[in-house]
Amino acid sequence: MEYTLFILLLPFLSFLLLGVWGKWLSHKVAGLIGTLSLAAVTVLSYMTAWTYFTADRVGGIYETLVPYNFEWLPMGSLHFDMGIMLDPISVMMLIVISTVSLMVHIYSFGYMHGERGFQRYYAFLSLFTMSMLGLVVATNIFQMYLFWELVGVSSYLLIGFYFTTPAAIAASKKAFIVTRFADMFFLVGILIYGYYCKSFGFDFDAAGFAEGSFMLPTALVLMFIGGAGKSAMFPLHIWLPDAMEGPTPVSALIHAATMVVAGVYQIARLFPLWIQYAPESLSIVVWVGAFTAFYAAAVACAQSDIKRVLAFSTISQIAFMMVALGVCMPGHEAVIDAHGSLGYMASMFHLFTHAMFKACLFLGAGCIIHAVHSNEMSAMGGLRKYMPITHITFLISCLAIAGIPFFSGFSSKDEIITACFNYSPVVGWWMTGVAAMTAFYMFRLYFGIFWGTENKELHAHHTPHEAPLTMTLPLIVLTVITVGVGVYTTLGGFLEWGGSFGSFVTANGEDYTIHFEKQVAITSTVMAILAIALATYIYKGEKQPVADRMYAAFPRLHRWAYKRFYMDEVYQFITHRIIFARVSKPIAWFDRHIVDGFFDFLAWGTHSLSYQIRNLQSGSVQQYALVFFLGILLVVFSVLFF
Amino acid sequence: MSNLLLLSIFVLIPLVMLLGLWAARTLNQVRGVMVAGSTALLIHAVYLTFAFLAAREGGNTDVMLFHDCVEWFPALHINYEVGVDGISVVMLLLSAVIVFTGTFASWKLQPLTKEYFLWFTLLSMGVFGFFITIDMFAMFMFYEIALIPMYLLIGVWGSGRKEYSAMKLTLMLMGGSAFLMMGIFGIFFGAGGNTMNILHIANHTGGATAIPLAQQCIWFPMAFVGFGVLGALFPFHTWSPDGHASAPTAVSMLHAGVLMKLGGYGCFRIAMYLLPDAAQELGWIFLILTGISVVYGAFSACVQTDLKYINAYSSVSHCGLVLFAILMLTKTSCTGAVLQMLSHGLMTALFFALIGMIYGRTHTRDIRELSGLMRIMPFLAVCYVIAGLANLGLPGLSGFVAEMTIFVGSFENTDTFHRVLTIAACTSIVITAVYILRLVGKILYGTCTNKHHLELTDATWDERFAVICLILAVAGLGMAPLWVSNVITDGVAPIVDHIQAAAHHVSTCNPFM
Amino acid sequence: MIHIEYILIISAVMMFAGIYGFLTRRSTLAILLSIELMLNSADINFAVFNRMLFPEGHEGYLFSLFTIAIAAAESAVAIAIMINLYRMFTSIGVEKLKNMKW
Repeated sequence: MEYTLFILLLPFLSFLLLGVWGKWLSHKVAGLIGTLSLAAVTVLSYMTAWTYFTADRVGGIYETLVPYNFEWLPMGSLHFDMGIMLDPISVMMLIVISTVSLMVHIYSFGYMHGERGFQRYYAFLSLFTMSMLGLVVATNIFQMYLFWELVGVSSYLLIGFYFTTPAAIAASKKAFIVTRFADMFFLVGILIYGYYCKSFGFDFDAAGFAEGSFMLPTALVLMFIGGAGKSAMFPLHIWLPDAMEGPTPVSALIHAATMVVAGVYQIARLFPLWIQYAPESLSIVVWVGAFTAFYAAAVACAQSDIKRVLAFSTISQIAFMMVALGVCMPGHEAVIDAHGSLGYMASMFHLFTHAMFKACLFLGAGCIIHAVHSNEMSAMGGLRKYMPITHITFLISCLAIAGIPFFSGFSSKDEIITACFNYSPVVGWWMTGVAAMTAFYMFRLYFGIFWGTENKELHAHHTPHEAPLTMTLPLIVLTVITVGVGVYTTLGGFLEWGGSFGSFVTANGEDYTIHFEKQVAITSTVMAILAIALATYIYKGEKQPVADRMYAAFPRLHRWAYKRFYMDEVYQFITHRIIFARVSKPIAWFDRHIVDGFFDFLAWGTHSLSYQIRNLQSGSVQQYALVFFLGILLVVFSVLFF
Repeated sequence: MSNLLLLSIFVLIPLVMLLGLWAARTLNQVRGVMVAGSTALLIHAVYLTFAFLAAREGGNTDVMLFHDCVEWFPALHINYEVGVDGISVVMLLLSAVIVFTGTFASWKLQPLTKEYFLWFTLLSMGVFGFFITIDMFAMFMFYEIALIPMYLLIGVWGSGRKEYSAMKLTLMLMGGSAFLMMGIFGIFFGAGGNTMNILHIANHTGGATAIPLAQQCIWFPMAFVGFGVLGALFPFHTWSPDGHASAPTAVSMLHAGVLMKLGGYGCFRIAMYLLPDAAQELGWIFLILTGISVVYGAFSACVQTDLKYINAYSSVSHCGLVLFAILMLTKTSCTGAVLQMLSHGLMTALFFALIGMIYGRTHTRDIRELSGLMRIMPFLAVCYVIAGLANLGLPGLSGFVAEMTIFVGSFENTDTFHRVLTIAACTSIVITAVYILRLVGKILYGTCTNKHHLELTDATWDERFAVICLILAVAGLGMAPLWVSNVITDGVAPIVDHIQAAAHHVSTCNPFM
Repeated sequence: MIHIEYILIISAVMMFAGIYGFLTRRSTLAILLSIELMLNSADINFAVFNRMLFPEGHEGYLFSLFTIAIAAAESAVAIAIMINLYRMFTSIGVEKLKNMKW
């Protein structure tokens, strides 16, 4: 498996090459360098996956391979290593990242055609891909943190790609600072973890660790906060909708498919620790996830910017994955069987399927924006006749995310909901409801774009057209994956075939055959179909009386949801009014006037004192003589009389 | 090459450069002398590093390598005594890099170029001398040599309120020196008054005796504050914003890049090493002060409007972290402190160089008047972003390595007091991100609103060269920190062992423990 | 026989007159005169103490002779300085001579 090194090295070299010499390369050459290196990475990733999953299982589980691991930085008794670790989830992530990234590279040829800074764009994409791949193959938590920061920076650079637009600047800044704030907790978590576990590695040695200590749960929860920041969990989600200011392919790659699931991946990576040492704390993950899923879905119902709808849908879907991880509790009465950690598998499965169909949705949205030059739904409507390929792929992806059988989202979401029901019926029904909301807002979006009232005025001015092949090809590939996986796993799930996702990635590494609980599957499907029907009823027509009446009936609710429940304003208030105005400004004032003032005062005091004293040194000999004479008199008198 | 010569070359080259500058008649001759001299220094620093590594490979386990001694003033036990350990080696390397790039950063400086370089060279001579000597008095002398030229460099070649700033900087640093001198003499007489050699005093050999705790507690604050003023210890840091704001580019580079490191180095090498009991006893007071420095500097930087003020406050924060890590007193944190000195030296030099270049073109440093520079001077702007990212601790650049080592090292202390402070210091990484991104967003991104700025040109070759050298150094340190870290640990370990072996393990007067 | 006190009183009067003059006069010439007065009073003291108390020795006379010689030289130098000052500042008042202070 030595060639896995090139999976990291190739994008890095391509980043350096494009970053340093990009200016002298033509757009085509620069794009080709980036894309070809990524294609090579994809091939290597698939080779890795093939070799890895076809190797024999040892004791029923796939062996964890560490082809590289070397000491990067010694830290006293601890050491910061860099290396590559291959286990089922990291290999699965390699596939996801390289596939989506390759699609985005190809897509960007068309989408970014003729843009200024094309080379820079590809350089950043390479940097991001390298960092994300480094993150998933990390051999220890610190390496993960290192690449975690790097993906944060690449995300910052790509969101701010259009650096002359104020909105993009603000969004990139916000994304970086919010995630950085969360990363601070991650870092403290790592410090605690490293200290108490005597290692940064994932192969924790429980011997050095006091049983029942609250330190490890604390560390894990702190790390979860870091993950929540990256994965946009409430209340750290505020950066993700704004991050849509970046180029759309970037949103597809970073803010839908890969980087934002880093938080989920982190928990999955540390999952054995959670289960063994902090099972109770997992409920925090459940509640944060469940609330976020609902909150984001509610907001998504009221947004008018198509990328923001997708962004909130991403938040909601990631929350599904979080919940799925949280509901794994061995020993919990309903899940004591061998597949107690069904949620883990479901979460990873959903991560995989979501990456594909959400990337497809975003790339489709990119085609639409490319065609109408606007993000607002008001500029769209009736686009189905202009853009057939985009329409079909978008529809299929919507069906997938809505959880309709024979599309990939169904299988994974169904497993998640089953796991939730195992955990608690409340969570189960709650998540089923959110899934129905998902179907509703996705189809609201779909009808708003492709059906509904056509903006004739705008379209007459500029007729929308189907995107070029470089842009539609990735859509088709991703749709094929979505449908293929969907059909295979749906059939497999009902007929209990082996060899689907559960055979590769499970919490304990053992083979698991996906099978659906009929009751759950039927309920969620019916609810999804009902939600779709409702959306069709409300939004399909040229005139939308129901929608209008609903806006009229609940104006305030709509306004609150549209304004994302004013979470941004709250943050704005905290940062500007409190941190800047109440902390930084006074500190700066204090520094200039009190601390510095004190030293200036010292200088002034010395100066004025000298001014007084210098009269003694008048330079007038007569004055000196007088003093001298008086002095003598004093001496004489004191000698005479005392 | 004899040991004496090997190390003294660091002082001799600047001396020769001074003579050469004195003899130089034309601008090109001046530049020639500077380039030749600073290149020679850089080459020699690299050579010394390899010689050091080779000597360690060869099994030489002395604390100070290349040790040599010349009697200077026997009546007062003052010797010219040289020797280097891992810390000094990397600091020499850092200084050589900064002097080298500083030369290029002041390539076009006008007027009085020759005089400027004379003082510049004298300053670097002081810096190099400080790092190679291990005799307290000689160290103090070189320290003063390094401080004085700063007054003229800022007062004559500076900008803005230069006389005020130069005076303030010099007076505050001289005030520190006064404390320091008392501290040094206190240590000298406390240890029996027979030797100025640091190693002898620390190990009670060569006629030195142990300094009683009561005395140590008097001299420690003096020595620590004395060096701490230069290391921007709160509340003695206020010379930094004004001084940096007024100083010319290369002087800011040298000052923030190297001179401020003299403070940290001195605190570690003299205050902590020679007064270990007091360091354990009173360290907590300074730990709180440095903790305040770290957060306070970062918060102050958030609302500044002058580019150099932002960077000066960021230096307060980062140099605060150096002293903070030293006081944490674990091997890892002290290694981190030296790494941070290196990293901060390089990236602040880079920052100041870029600010100087931008200022040289736009003639303003007010961030409210600058915008959209990315389109106008892409090279400088991109480098500025890189410097900013290094400053906020982007992995792959030097800041990350240093900060992580410090945090992990600090967390090795098991008590709540140290841990709470560590976590408080961790918050600085967020605040740093705030002010860096605010800055980058304001001045580089966006569209240019000032018509006069549209015609400005990008960097010239000498500027590019200086900046690229620094970026390579920053990235090199950030990507492959292992060997640097090993060299540093080699120097840090005996000192930390020594301090930890001191009688007082836990402070008796710390109310927080 | 004149008592030693009478002569000492005269010399004391001269001394204090000299001191008073030295402290109060504005003209450098007057100050020089005052200095001469003080020197002469000291000379008288030397002479009278030698004559009255230690008649077998001659050190007092010798010393006054020295003083007279030095006073003469000093006056010469002082007057030379004054002439120069007068040429430079057209005045020999002490208030005007502050330039030498800094």
